[in-house]
Amino acid sequence: MPFKRYVEVGRIALVNYGKDYGKLVVIVDVIDQNRALVDAPDMVRGQMNFKRLTLTDIKIDIKRVPNKKTLVAALEAADVKNKWESSSWGRKLIVQKKRASLNDFDRFKIMLAKIKKAGVVRQELAKLKKETTA
Amino acid sequence: MAPQQRKPHVCRNPDLIRGVGKYSRSKMYHKRGLWAIKAKNGGAFPKHEKKAVAAAPAEKPPKFYPADDVKKPLVNKRKARPTKLRASITPGTVLIVLAGRFKGKRVVFLKQLTSGLLLVTGPFKINGIPLRRVNQSYVIATSTKVDISGVNVEKFDDKYFGKKVEKKKKKGEGEFFEAEKEEKNTLPQEKKDDQKSVDAALIQCIEAVPDLKSYLGARFSLKAGMKPHELVF
Repeated sequence: MPFKRYVEVGRIALVNYGKDYGKLVVIVDVIDQNRALVDAPDMVRGQMNFKRLTLTDIKIDIKRVPNKKTLVAALEAADVKNKWESSSWGRKLIVQKKRASLNDFDRFKIMLAKIKKAGVVRQELAKLKKETTA
Repeated sequence: MAPQQRKPHVCRNPDLIRGVGKYSRSKMYHKRGLWAIKAKNGGAFPKHEKKAVAAAPAEKPPKFYPADDVKKPLVNKRKARPTKLRASITPGTVLIVLAGRFKGKRVVFLKQLTSGLLLVTGPFKINGIPLRRVNQSYVIATSTKVDISGVNVEKFDDKYFGKKVEKKKKKGEGEFFEAEKEEKNTLPQEKKDDQKSVDAALIQCIEAVPDLKSYLGARFSLKAGMKPHELVF
């Protein structure tokens, strides 16, 4: 089982600890064995320990330590945002965030919807069962 | 030019470090324009005349001096106010009652009474909770709001909910006792009418929102996996 996601200039990573928790950042340079220089459109470029990063599958084509302008342009060109939000990992995070922000009333409405859906499924299942036994 | 729009005045003598101003006394004298005020007044700083102090009436020495010094109680300027209402509780908010016979029920907040308690109603037709007082501490405020503008709650105050004072009857045992007890248990028609009038406008607004009626009729409970400190209400 070889490694598939490498630390390299242009690798997109998810921050999993600290002030920028949950943000997608680009690895812009490697400082030493433990740290990388990391940048994102809405953050000041800074160093981060690899332990705080989780690598993703997405990689963009940039030179080592680009300008902020070039970086943002490269991110737009590679369409990182949409790629991330359509990936299953990205979609899971969006659902988690939505669930965490639900109101008490929203949770009640979801409960009613689940019961309704289960009712419909059970009806169809009962129909199918009748057909196979008949 | 509107008179209220004034730019906040910058300090004339900014601090270099704390305790040391940028300008010396003589420089500040010049900056404040005291020389101009003096010149306008003919060489001396304008003075007010002292107001004539009315001569205080001559006090007679007291006839009696107490033997021991009595301590005077300290001054207490505190005023009684109703409890500070949480910012999340506004008229029309749906609240979750946490204690008492209606625990778990969702209820509509009407107003805060002068005692600090919250006036609350089911509405009665929806979940069986009448106009009632509830303490703020035993309530979770949700972010769901109901439009309460059509409801008039002016007439309700703490006295409305107080216990009725019964007239003292002579101590005749037996028949008197039983006859009195039967009267107390029925709710006066006036209160039932109040409930109906308050709920009428409310129920219309509630039925306008889908599922809100069944939401208010259901009880809240913690299920598996729900962490109250992480829930958004």
